Amino acid sequence: MPAVSKGDGMRGLAVFISDIRNCKSKEAEIKRINKELANIRSKFKGDKALDGYSKKKYVCKLLFIFLLGHDIDFGHMEAVNLLSSNKYTEKQIGYLFISVLVNSNSELIRLINNAIKNDLSSRNPTFMCLALHCIANVGSREMAEAFAGEIPRILVAGDTMDSVKQSAALCLLRLYKTSPDLVLMGEWTSRVVHLLNDQHMGVVTAAISLITCLSQKNPDEFKTCVSLAVSRLSRIVSSASTDLQDYTYYFVPAPWLSCKLLRLLQCYPPPEDGAVKGRLVECLETILNKAQEPPKSKKVQHSNAKNAILFEAISLIIHYDSEPNLLVRACNQLGQFLQHRETNLRYLALESMCTLASSEFSHEAVKTHIETVINALKTERDVSVRQRAADLLYAMCDRSNAKQIVAEMLSYLETADYSIREEMVLKVAILAEKYAVDYSWYVDTILNLIRIAGDYVSEEVWYRVIQIVINRDDVQGYAAKTVFEALQAPACHENMVKVGGYILGEFGNLIAGDPRSSPLVQFNLLHSKFHLCSVPTRALLLSAYIKFINLFPETKSTIQEVLRSDSQIRNSDVELQQRAVEYLKLSSIASTDVLATVLEEMPPFPERESSILAKLKKKKGPGAVSVNELEEGKREGGELNGGGERGDNSAIAASNASTPSPSADLLGLRTGPPVTAAAPSAGSLLVDVFSEAGVNDDGFLRDLEPPTESSDSLLAEGPGDSDSAPPSVVSEDPATPLPESNELLNKFVCKNNGVLFENQLLQIGIKSEYRQNLGRMYLFYGNKTSVQFITFTTTVTCPGELQSQLNVQAKPVEPLIEGGAQVQQVINIECLTDFSDAPLLNIKFRYGGALQNLTLKLPVTINKFFQPTEMASHDFFQRWKQLSLPQQEAQKIFKANHAMDTEVLKAKLLGLGMALLENVDPNPENFVCAGVIQTKAQQVGSLLRLEPNAQAQMYRLTVRSSKDTVSKRLCELLAEQF
Amino acid sequence: MIGGLFIYNHKGEVLISRVYRDDIGRNAVDAFRVNVIHARQQVRSPVTNIARTSFFHVKRSNIWLAAVTKQNVNAAMVFEFLYKMCDVMTAYFGKISEENIKNNFVLIYELLDEILDFGYPQNSETGALKTFITQQGIKGQHQTKEEQSQITSQVTGQIGWRREGIKYRRNELFLDVLESVNLLMSPQGQVLSAHVSGRVVMKSYLSGMPECKFGMNDKIVIDKQGKGGTTDEPGKSGKQSIAIDDCTFHQCVRLSKFDSERSISFIPPDGEYELMRYRTTKDIILPFRVIPLVREVGRTKLEVKVVIKSNFKPSLLAQKIEVRIPTPLNTSGVQVICMKGKAKYKASENAIVWKIKRMAGMKESQISAEIELLPTNDKKKWARPPISMKFQVPFAPSGLKVRYLKVFESKLNYSDHDVIKWVRYIGRSGIYETRC
Repeated sequence: MPAVSKGDGMRGLAVFISDIRNCKSKEAEIKRINKELANIRSKFKGDKALDGYSKKKYVCKLLFIFLLGHDIDFGHMEAVNLLSSNKYTEKQIGYLFISVLVNSNSELIRLINNAIKNDLSSRNPTFMCLALHCIANVGSREMAEAFAGEIPRILVAGDTMDSVKQSAALCLLRLYKTSPDLVLMGEWTSRVVHLLNDQHMGVVTAAISLITCLSQKNPDEFKTCVSLAVSRLSRIVSSASTDLQDYTYYFVPAPWLSCKLLRLLQCYPPPEDGAVKGRLVECLETILNKAQEPPKSKKVQHSNAKNAILFEAISLIIHYDSEPNLLVRACNQLGQFLQHRETNLRYLALESMCTLASSEFSHEAVKTHIETVINALKTERDVSVRQRAADLLYAMCDRSNAKQIVAEMLSYLETADYSIREEMVLKVAILAEKYAVDYSWYVDTILNLIRIAGDYVSEEVWYRVIQIVINRDDVQGYAAKTVFEALQAPACHENMVKVGGYILGEFGNLIAGDPRSSPLVQFNLLHSKFHLCSVPTRALLLSAYIKFINLFPETKSTIQEVLRSDSQIRNSDVELQQRAVEYLKLSSIASTDVLATVLEEMPPFPERESSILAKLKKKKGPGAVSVNELEEGKREGGELNGGGERGDNSAIAASNASTPSPSADLLGLRTGPPVTAAAPSAGSLLVDVFSEAGVNDDGFLRDLEPPTESSDSLLAEGPGDSDSAPPSVVSEDPATPLPESNELLNKFVCKNNGVLFENQLLQIGIKSEYRQNLGRMYLFYGNKTSVQFITFTTTVTCPGELQSQLNVQAKPVEPLIEGGAQVQQVINIECLTDFSDAPLLNIKFRYGGALQNLTLKLPVTINKFFQPTEMASHDFFQRWKQLSLPQQEAQKIFKANHAMDTEVLKAKLLGLGMALLENVDPNPENFVCAGVIQTKAQQVGSLLRLEPNAQAQMYRLTVRSSKDTVSKRLCELLAEQF
Repeated sequence: MIGGLFIYNHKGEVLISRVYRDDIGRNAVDAFRVNVIHARQQVRSPVTNIARTSFFHVKRSNIWLAAVTKQNVNAAMVFEFLYKMCDVMTAYFGKISEENIKNNFVLIYELLDEILDFGYPQNSETGALKTFITQQGIKGQHQTKEEQSQITSQVTGQIGWRREGIKYRRNELFLDVLESVNLLMSPQGQVLSAHVSGRVVMKSYLSGMPECKFGMNDKIVIDKQGKGGTTDEPGKSGKQSIAIDDCTFHQCVRLSKFDSERSISFIPPDGEYELMRYRTTKDIILPFRVIPLVREVGRTKLEVKVVIKSNFKPSLLAQKIEVRIPTPLNTSGVQVICMKGKAKYKASENAIVWKIKRMAGMKESQISAEIELLPTNDKKKWARPPISMKFQVPFAPSGLKVRYLKVFESKLNYSDHDVIKWVRYIGRSGIYETRC
């Protein structure tokens, strides 16, 4: 390095800095800086050229002012001038200024790059180093573009000085990190790897950083570095501490290089070459051996350096995870550190052991330290170390020591630091679940957990305990008993009340035999906590009460009394109020059978990954919280809550999901029993408002006949279909329309909305509207299972001549229906002329692998296109007489299927779409209607007369219309309705 | 209400800390220091809200006074209190400086106990305070029971600002009208905004409990008299009346009387006090006119010529005139020529400062400067801040005139004529700027 010249003290700079430091206030500082800036400006402006020294001094001052936080907008030129100086100090200041205050001025950049190029190509190593440092410090993309090609050449050139090589390697590393696409190693790879063999340790250290980074990107290209690294490592490890002179740090040979080598090796799997592997194992053993040797110095630096290597070696051993011998030795070594008085060492030891515990070879060895670790958890002063101890306990837990560890963690929880309590709670909950041999122990543990650290018990934990209790019959009685006892404590946590409410509500009957826990005692116990709880808990308790009514009819009056009290039924909280009202009604109206069905015991929960685990993962890596986990947590919560509290409602919801409300369906379907089981249809007990008992029409057979003639397709959507091809529904699908499809069809003659079809899998709701000759139909397909339907397709076809009579267009429907979800399909209908058949709807989907196929008739009947016509008595009979041709009239006399209620009849006739004419027929018992059927081709006026005979329970129906087919069809349709 | 009061030095060290309410914790002291005094960006708002706590601060030279509260207080009240507090401290120990505060910290705590009670401001009248908080040692503070009860009755009485039994051999009265003119003028000489804020400061040395009456040429009063007046002819009342936009009074002024008759009558406190404060915006006499001329010659040179004209009676003399001409941030050299006074380029303030000691009315003077610029890489254009000016003139630029100041003392035997009265007008520049 060039000798420091005489004037390098830069007294002016020192004075300026001390002035600034002495400023009493910010204003004074700003004044001083302004003055200095003006001075520098006048100096730079001055006509006579500044000598290098003053230029350097002023640039230095500018830099200082900039670093104080003021804007500098001049002086770049002077700094660039300094770059071309031959003096080291001037060049250095110039580079310093440039790397701190990079200016995007293109002209300047050109000058700077030029200067850097000059320096790089100079033979002066100091200048080359300065230039390299500048490139690395700026590290911009522009720099990378300009020099990425140059630097590798310098790095591998034979005649480059060692110090320059070091700088070049690190500079390249920096450029690679900022713009990896510009640094192309290609041809240099092997030569860079061979830098590991360099004589100079500094070069090796710098190169290894570069190689580690590069090999992470493309490990294959740098594979050869493994053997080189191993040999280098073995040379270092086996060397005497004096061999490496400059690179020996407190008697430890080249600790940084060793650590880096070990870290590089962690990027690769264990070497396959036996010799190399043997050598490496030898090295690792030596490192472990050295750890046992007495320290050569008492200085902390010595032990730090030694331990750094040791810990890297242990991570490498863990990374390989193939040498049981080494793993056990590492574990023992760490065990020694566990009791070391250096806190950092204990921390590191616990952390490394955590990873060791997951290896099958060393798991047992780790377990031997359980006492020490538990001790650490209890006595350690530093919370971060305690946290590691807790982690390690969690990691080393298995079936054999679960009880001990869980007990220890529980007892520690009482005094644990607040910051780690929640995590501890989760861990205890998971361990308890994972290693539970008998579930009574599990229940005990979790209830203890809630008792000790209720505030930190997240929702997931108590959800989980309920899931497990519900899914396992053997533990239910015990759980109920334990919960009952736990609730007897004068003060118990709200989570405990929740668990208690849920479990007693479900399984309170299992302990009701004992007079000490008779139903009324249970209820009173729960209710004593009611007023201390938050709204969600109260809601849960209300559900528990209604379940009590089912379990113990003797409590009914007491509970009804509670529900009826103003504080419930007039609660300001809507949810509570609604529950109180609904439960009260339910308990007073429904029969015991209905109650028993509605308030049935919860079905087992589907097995799935514990939500607690997901929660723990989330806690561990706050960055890695995926939406899925969150969703899952939420859904889980919703299910448990909804399931438990709404289970009663949901049965009702499922059975009479008349309105296609997705939320009601979701609730109903989600908790519904598995489809494969015989449908324990709660709905059967309730009145199905849509199922009108009707006779099976045998006529459906006629619908099965494949249409032999296919008329010109008017369907706009099927232009590709050749005329000769039969409609797809028939050709692909031998399935027949369901036998009840005609009956279903009849259901909809007089109404437009309702449930078209329902079985255990699928519910189809319908909603339709008609205007003139046009109609629109909305079909709602609801998946009643919790499994998704795939390849869900629907086809609407018009068999036979219907194709020319009706134009039906169906919008495509989603091919996938999630469990519990509902999709909608829109169908547009145009009536071309009058018709008598109904279009067919074919539905195909896969449910759990099995192909489901069903065909229904779409409830499109001719009467849908009625336009009501009001007319007076006189007009009516005039027209009636006009339609006197025998084929224009259709008459039917039939027996009444339903009670002859005038209002019902009226409603049905109105639903038909015709105008119901009052005071027309001389006999007030009779009904007459008039309407016009709108088709595209023509309008068909129709008149109708219905004469009921109450004594005989018979009807006579007469329909007259201008078209004979219409009369006939109308008559057929209507005859089924009354 | 005020929860606490802190005084800091310029470094942010706490000199005085008095907490009145429990809701203000210890950390409030640090919060203000970190977020305001040591803030990265200079905090310009006098009210800062940190963690639901409001800090109201005023700065006196290098000293920060901060009032802290968690409640929603009347900010104007808090600031009024802080200003009063400054006045009280100035009255007790002179300039508010770190050293003075350190030397008088016991006194300050004593004062704080007295003027704030549980965060509610109490009597902060210096005259009254001085009767019972003295700077003498405990020995000199021997007060008889009567004296003490007298203090009590006075402090709690109706006229809390004046004690009874004051006697002067010579009854004297000093009245100063202090005004500051604020102006913003366009380069073409158009007035963009102008207003005068003035104060009437009195020093009274009167015996007994005199009743005073103060009259000025308030437009409303003059007009009323002009209407009802019989003798005053419009020509005779040629002295102009002024329109006062708003005014505030010392607590001794009877506001009811002002509201009904618009007359200012009061029993004055003893010693110095500010009788009223007012603001006018119409018919302002601008004492100086600044005519700037800035020419950019190329990228590296700037020529500036500034002419100032005095615009008042030639017999009057303006004093302490200072014109500040800002220079661009990349100034590298300045040559100045001026006919009168001294001009200098102050690099530390980025301005040319031109000072003239005295200047008579209806004169003009000019300065010309050549500014050399250093070419910079930045494309930012110079913002051309306005040229500002400072001066002091012996008249009131608002045109306010004192018409009378009458003193009545019925119990003691001196009359209005026996009182020696002094009146003085001082007009100063506030923010007096001309754009260039």
